[in-house]
Amino acid sequence: MEKFEKFSGVAAPMPLVNIDTDMIIPKNFLKTIKRSGLGVHAFAEMRYNQDGSEVADFVLNQPAYRDAQILVAGDNFGCGSSREHAPWALADFGIKVVVSTSFADIFFNNCFKNGMLPIVLPQEQVDLLMKDAEKGSNARMDVDLESQTITTSEGEVISFEVDAFKKHCLLNGLDDIGLTLENASSIDAYEAKMSAQRPWV
Amino acid sequence: MTAPKTLYDKIWDAHVAHESEDGTCLLYIDRHLVHEVTSPQAFEGLRMTGRSVRAPEKTIAVPDHNVPTTTDRASGVIENEESRIQVEALDKNAKEFGVHYYPVSDVRQGIVHIVGPEQGWTLPGMTVVCGDSHTATHGAFGALAHGIGTSEVEHVLATQTLIQKKSKNMKVEITGKLRPGVTAKDITLSVIGETGTGGGTGYVIEYCGEAIRDLSMEGRMTVCNMAIEGGARAGLIAPDEKTFEYCKGRPHAPKGAAWEQAVEYWKTLFTDEGAHFDKVVTIKGEDIAPVVTWGTSPEDVLPITATVPAPEDFKGGKVEAAKRALDYMGLSAGQKLTDIEIDTVFIGSCTNGRIEDLRAAAEILKGKKVKDGMRAMVVPGSGLVRAQAEEEGLADIFKEAGFEWRMAGCSMCLAMNPDQLSEGERCASTSNRNFEGRQGYKGRTHLVSPAMAAAAAITGRLTDVREMM
Repeated sequence: MEKFEKFSGVAAPMPLVNIDTDMIIPKNFLKTIKRSGLGVHAFAEMRYNQDGSEVADFVLNQPAYRDAQILVAGDNFGCGSSREHAPWALADFGIKVVVSTSFADIFFNNCFKNGMLPIVLPQEQVDLLMKDAEKGSNARMDVDLESQTITTSEGEVISFEVDAFKKHCLLNGLDDIGLTLENASSIDAYEAKMSAQRPWV
Repeated sequence: MTAPKTLYDKIWDAHVAHESEDGTCLLYIDRHLVHEVTSPQAFEGLRMTGRSVRAPEKTIAVPDHNVPTTTDRASGVIENEESRIQVEALDKNAKEFGVHYYPVSDVRQGIVHIVGPEQGWTLPGMTVVCGDSHTATHGAFGALAHGIGTSEVEHVLATQTLIQKKSKNMKVEITGKLRPGVTAKDITLSVIGETGTGGGTGYVIEYCGEAIRDLSMEGRMTVCNMAIEGGARAGLIAPDEKTFEYCKGRPHAPKGAAWEQAVEYWKTLFTDEGAHFDKVVTIKGEDIAPVVTWGTSPEDVLPITATVPAPEDFKGGKVEAAKRALDYMGLSAGQKLTDIEIDTVFIGSCTNGRIEDLRAAAEILKGKKVKDGMRAMVVPGSGLVRAQAEEEGLADIFKEAGFEWRMAGCSMCLAMNPDQLSEGERCASTSNRNFEGRQGYKGRTHLVSPAMAAAAAITGRLTDVREMM
């Protein structure tokens, strides 16, 4: 996994609440057996007409936001399915950070596995970032994971929380499985104990 | 004496294989269910890193999302090339990595969350995961069960553990008795209507109370299935005699002395008196009515006797969302829900594709006909549910009423196979999600119980099933 480094990018406003995984990547694109190439299909049903032409007023089709790297979204972003195709599609589009007042649990975890940072902030601060994002491509925000801050285009600094372990993995681009296998002896010991205690499992 | 524990605390504690200083745990996984859509990249990951499946004997694979449900499927290949490739990839991966496998041709094939319990893979006190959000279903057995992404599927395949932090405890109590015509589906939708789709975020829910105890195992699975629609990581119901009875004799349930030993342990799986819950929701069973959804979020729930709400009935971001939902659904505020005409009825899914669901629908349909011009289909949750329904005469009732009688799979719940709604087509569906485009591009979904779906099929509009009882 690539290391998550601090960056400066355009933020796109998506104030709708409950943006679900089926909106982020509709089911017809789940038939792939690869992880790559889904960016073009991100938000497909909101982004394209049925003839394949673009829906002009959809935020990511507007010139200012075509290269957005940050989404500022309404509450409960990523609800619904466990499909990791949702973060795969966003990451492939170029999104590195999603900011919202809350995220669905599975989507939230899936982001970290793909070098993306979901940031939870209180309503007031999300509102502030939403306003900043609405300014278009001139409003670039800085995201710094190390110091856990977002800086708005006007220089206002907002701090955010992130789980220490997840932060460590993102900053260093670490492979979870490799880390877990360092504890293989604990897993062996657990299995040995359980095969005695609960042999039916 | 140790502090009183919730059911979730007990199962969690029994599965921590390793704990780091910051509280991050390696949670041991007892059963890993796998389907064709969220696993190909995970198996490919193993191949690329030269890793193997750590516990193939605890890993169960079955194709369900993509499979056609037409009765001629046994004779031919899957026409859609991408679907075929995905199912073939699962065939290949299951063989290569040596996991348990139920191919499309096997009578035991079906929706992964129906096959698991049916075959006795799911048992009380276990941890169960699957690359599918509706894994919550298995919580009905008092198993800690939740959906995971594909990276985590690969992690479980390679290590038989998940990196986890503990969720908070939430209690949802449904007191007293349900009124006639009210089912498990109405309970679970009503809870989501109350808490919202984000109300359970960060929690594991334990459902309890007389109305939950009174439910069959099938009904309990319906309730837990939709815990994820309320945002919860998992839903749980403490096991009891009904649970043990359901499990007994299933192919992969323990036998003989092992059975006795297991039951003894399972009887310890309940929330201790005085255990702490971080959030409590209590609903009176008698207050729950047969419900339908009117919008594009599972929280958009109303009793069938209500009218379509107006955006200004809501607050905050939900005002815009309601406006958008009404536009998408082609509804206007003030319209009676029972005046909404529908084109299609879908009975099936991991929410309502079990034998009891088919019985409930058949009970309403017996001797009646589907309204002229409507499309109606039943997709049993597994080949064994299908066989049992045929044996009980339910299949004949459906067919005589004018329903298509299909083979097992996820079908129109998420419409990855050819069973889809067309633009503007309106469906009364026993599935779990009414998201935009869920059942087909611009398709319109109203979530209902199987009995309510059957009633709608007869009248051609959303209908209060109590009028038919």
